Amino acid sequence: MKYATPLKNLDRELARFHGRLKVGAVFVALLATALLARAFYLQIVQHDYYIQRAESNRISLVPAAPNRGLILDRNGRILAENYSAYTLEVTRALLDNLEVTLAEVGKLIEITPGQLRRFRRLLSESHEFETVPLKSKLTDEEVAILAANRYRLPGLDVKARLFRNYQAGPGMAHVLGFIGRINDRDLKKLREDGREQNYRGSVHIGKTGLEQSYETLLHGRTGFDQMETDSSGRAVRMLSRIPPVPGKDLRLHLDVELQAVAEHAFGDYLGGLVALDPNTGGVLALVSKPGFDPNLFVDGIDPETWKSLNESPERPMVNRVLRGIYPPGSTIKPFMALAGLELGVRKASDSIVDPGYFSLPNSRHQFRDWKRGGHGVVDLRRSISQSCDIYYYRLAVDMGIDRMHDYLAKFGLGEKTGIDLEGESSGLLPSRDWKQRRWKQPWYPGETVIAGIGQGYHLTTPLQLAAATAMLANGGRRIEPRLVQAVRDPLAHTWQLQPGGVRGQVAIDPAHLAIVREGMMDVMRPGGTAAASVAGAPYTVAGKTGTAQVVGIKQGARYDASRLARQHRDHALFIAYAPAENPTIVVAVMVENGGSGSGTAAPVARAVFDYYLTGKRPGDMKLEANDAAD
Amino acid sequence: MPRTSHWIVRRLSHLDGILLVLVLLLLGISLAVVASASGQSPARISGLLVNMGLALSVMVVMANIPPHLLSKVGPPLYVAGVVLLIGVALFGEIRNGSRRWLNLGFMAFQPSELLKLALPLMLAWYFQRNEGLLRAKHFLTGAILLLVPFLLILRQPDLGTALMIGASGFYLLFFAGLPWKVILGGGILGAAALPVMWGLMHDYQQRRVLTLLDPSSDPLGAGYHIIQSTIAIGSGGLFGKGWMQGTQNQLDFIPERTTDFVFAVFGEEFGYAGVILLVGLYLAIVARGLVIAARAPTLFGRLMAATLSLNLFTYVFVNMGMVSGILPVVGVPLPLMSYGGTALITLLLGMGILMSVATHRQLNKS
Repeated sequence: MKYATPLKNLDRELARFHGRLKVGAVFVALLATALLARAFYLQIVQHDYYIQRAESNRISLVPAAPNRGLILDRNGRILAENYSAYTLEVTRALLDNLEVTLAEVGKLIEITPGQLRRFRRLLSESHEFETVPLKSKLTDEEVAILAANRYRLPGLDVKARLFRNYQAGPGMAHVLGFIGRINDRDLKKLREDGREQNYRGSVHIGKTGLEQSYETLLHGRTGFDQMETDSSGRAVRMLSRIPPVPGKDLRLHLDVELQAVAEHAFGDYLGGLVALDPNTGGVLALVSKPGFDPNLFVDGIDPETWKSLNESPERPMVNRVLRGIYPPGSTIKPFMALAGLELGVRKASDSIVDPGYFSLPNSRHQFRDWKRGGHGVVDLRRSISQSCDIYYYRLAVDMGIDRMHDYLAKFGLGEKTGIDLEGESSGLLPSRDWKQRRWKQPWYPGETVIAGIGQGYHLTTPLQLAAATAMLANGGRRIEPRLVQAVRDPLAHTWQLQPGGVRGQVAIDPAHLAIVREGMMDVMRPGGTAAASVAGAPYTVAGKTGTAQVVGIKQGARYDASRLARQHRDHALFIAYAPAENPTIVVAVMVENGGSGSGTAAPVARAVFDYYLTGKRPGDMKLEANDAAD
Repeated sequence: MPRTSHWIVRRLSHLDGILLVLVLLLLGISLAVVASASGQSPARISGLLVNMGLALSVMVVMANIPPHLLSKVGPPLYVAGVVLLIGVALFGEIRNGSRRWLNLGFMAFQPSELLKLALPLMLAWYFQRNEGLLRAKHFLTGAILLLVPFLLILRQPDLGTALMIGASGFYLLFFAGLPWKVILGGGILGAAALPVMWGLMHDYQQRRVLTLLDPSSDPLGAGYHIIQSTIAIGSGGLFGKGWMQGTQNQLDFIPERTTDFVFAVFGEEFGYAGVILLVGLYLAIVARGLVIAARAPTLFGRLMAATLSLNLFTYVFVNMGMVSGILPVVGVPLPLMSYGGTALITLLLGMGILMSVATHRQLNKS
């Protein structure tokens, strides 16, 4: 080959070598420059990024979940509290075979079919790496057995967890609600609200009731332990600690004993009751029967129990006070009477002769009074005490639907009351506009007639009725019902009173109001429709009965025949306040299929008044209720 | 002066002062970094001290062997190395999926280590023999002498070592005067052959290259090493976190941190200033080596000194490049810094040869 030039001259060869040395030196210099450039890039240019990467390598934040706030009744009785219990938890990703493991565990400790069903449901809702409780509230013996066999059961863990205990029984379930495991929907919402970080150590979140509406206060703020960890994730030492801030305790206006008395007074009837302090709006009692055991939900409910609760014809999961909507029936009459006076459509002295029916001009249709043959001569006061339908048919027609709607709206009918619970229904206060919007139909005169006695389209919740009645009791101040009276920082130990909500004042001529109130007192006096229910009471009551056809809660058609007859009966309604001269308590009662307001609903209110105003309990109230009271 | 001390002084007089100081400085740094990286493990530190003592002794011995004697070792060493490589291919033990080890009964041995010195010695001996008569056929023979062990090691497979040995052979051919036309032609051919090479590469080799291009593609596997070591170096900043203060190091995030990844520990604890110092020390060694090469009286000495110098820096570059994420992960230790007896001995053996070339030149003159 030609390309290699033979070099016989050693000097020339040496010169070439020196040239090559220089090339080698340049080559090395280039390599060194590359290394230094790279190091410069990493250590100077990107230093901030890498120092942060190194820090996040080294530091891990271990969330420390705060203790959830307690819920107490007005007398400091604990309604919801926390306790620590051992739970057997399973991480599916660490299991070889789920079924084999479950069978193994079943040999060691008892796992009930219900627990197994609940576990499978939770498992289906969670990710592979989440831990899912198999059995909670382990006994000491079970903990010991599991600990001894732990080596055989990878993926299983016994953990101490905080649980919620609702010791006030099913009667408080609709007020307190319950907490449950945080699910995907909760997580999504937390993320949207930017509160996700605060739940990093939390397992539970309020799902309904006060637990839901006061979630932010009850939950508290999650703390973080800043741990230095090595590459295998082992904590080497604690660098700093942001302690969790425990959730706030809530004290209610509600008296758990009054609640028990009210619940007991329903007997075997279902229904709802709400008692308010007309001055503050504080909710003294809120009963929705039947209740349910909120403890079932805390650690996940098993699907069968859930199904039976959800599909029960008694609808135990529906809060009747908040969400049951019923035509107000005759309980609307005091408000109609007041509207007549205030709008100048009636004077107190105006009276009518009631023939037992009413017909619109140019119509042969007869609107009947509940009393065959009518009430004879009726003035405004008597129209209330006798619950004269004819009086209100006429009043309604004279007033017209528009004025009726506008005046009743001032009392919050057909509108959410703004209670500190979620899920309230607004009911419906009909109007010409509403009908046109909703049904694209004009308003017919006959509809005005029946609206005058609280029927037709009109729908209210017991809570709305109570709040409206409170306005009669307190002289027109529109209060927002409140369950929570005060909030306590468990570290500061001092209660902070929560302001009651007030939505304004309706100006009412005191003379007009006095006449209506007299009418309502007449209802409870001998000769009035509900006189019997307050016989012998050492205080005066003003009230009004009513009946509502079954609208709000429809019950399953296929049900036990003996109940079938009862379920066709009207719901009994009763609104009242006491003492009539200086009211301290307002009550609205709805007894499902109770028939007449005076027969079933008023006695329930009486029991509540008795206990609240005199401390007297119903004579037949069971001992356990007394136990709870002591 | 007693005779024994006179003898010792004569032996020590063959050491090159500048190289000795540079080597001792680097060994001192190595001791500090390995101490930090091992969590001051007494076993590691004493092991390192023993290795250093042994390797320094070897260096002194080598420095005292005159180059013309050294050059005679080349052919037998080379032949032995190639025979052993063939032995490995036939009877070698498989570890980690490649056949690199030869079980000698009392110890496992990697013949490829032997070639690191044997190949340059062999080539230098060969070119020395043909000094002044170099033609194409000599370079062709040199290329064959290079390719035989290169291909044997590549087959094991051990791409990293094959390339390092190939590089040392190439440097020698280059300093011997391999024509530029051949170098450029070979470079173009090599670049054209890259796709073919890629196809011939083993899966794990391809993965290493891919991991280098995007470490985050495999954050828990091969990419983990690169990610963690770049984090360590980058977080060191200008002056480092301080000796024994590197969190990546102390908390066990850097893999192989006393051996191949020791530079990550150094970079984290001593920062960019430390890196400049370290690279400076290596450059000083190379510079000294090139000076020695320039002054060497024989072709053998010139070629050996120049090749060993460039080779040293190649190791430095490949190791630091790998640890700082610009080269694929290949198992190459950082010269004079990584913990590891064989590598240290091989290196100081090379330093000894450099010193021998340096000092025997002076002796020859006198």
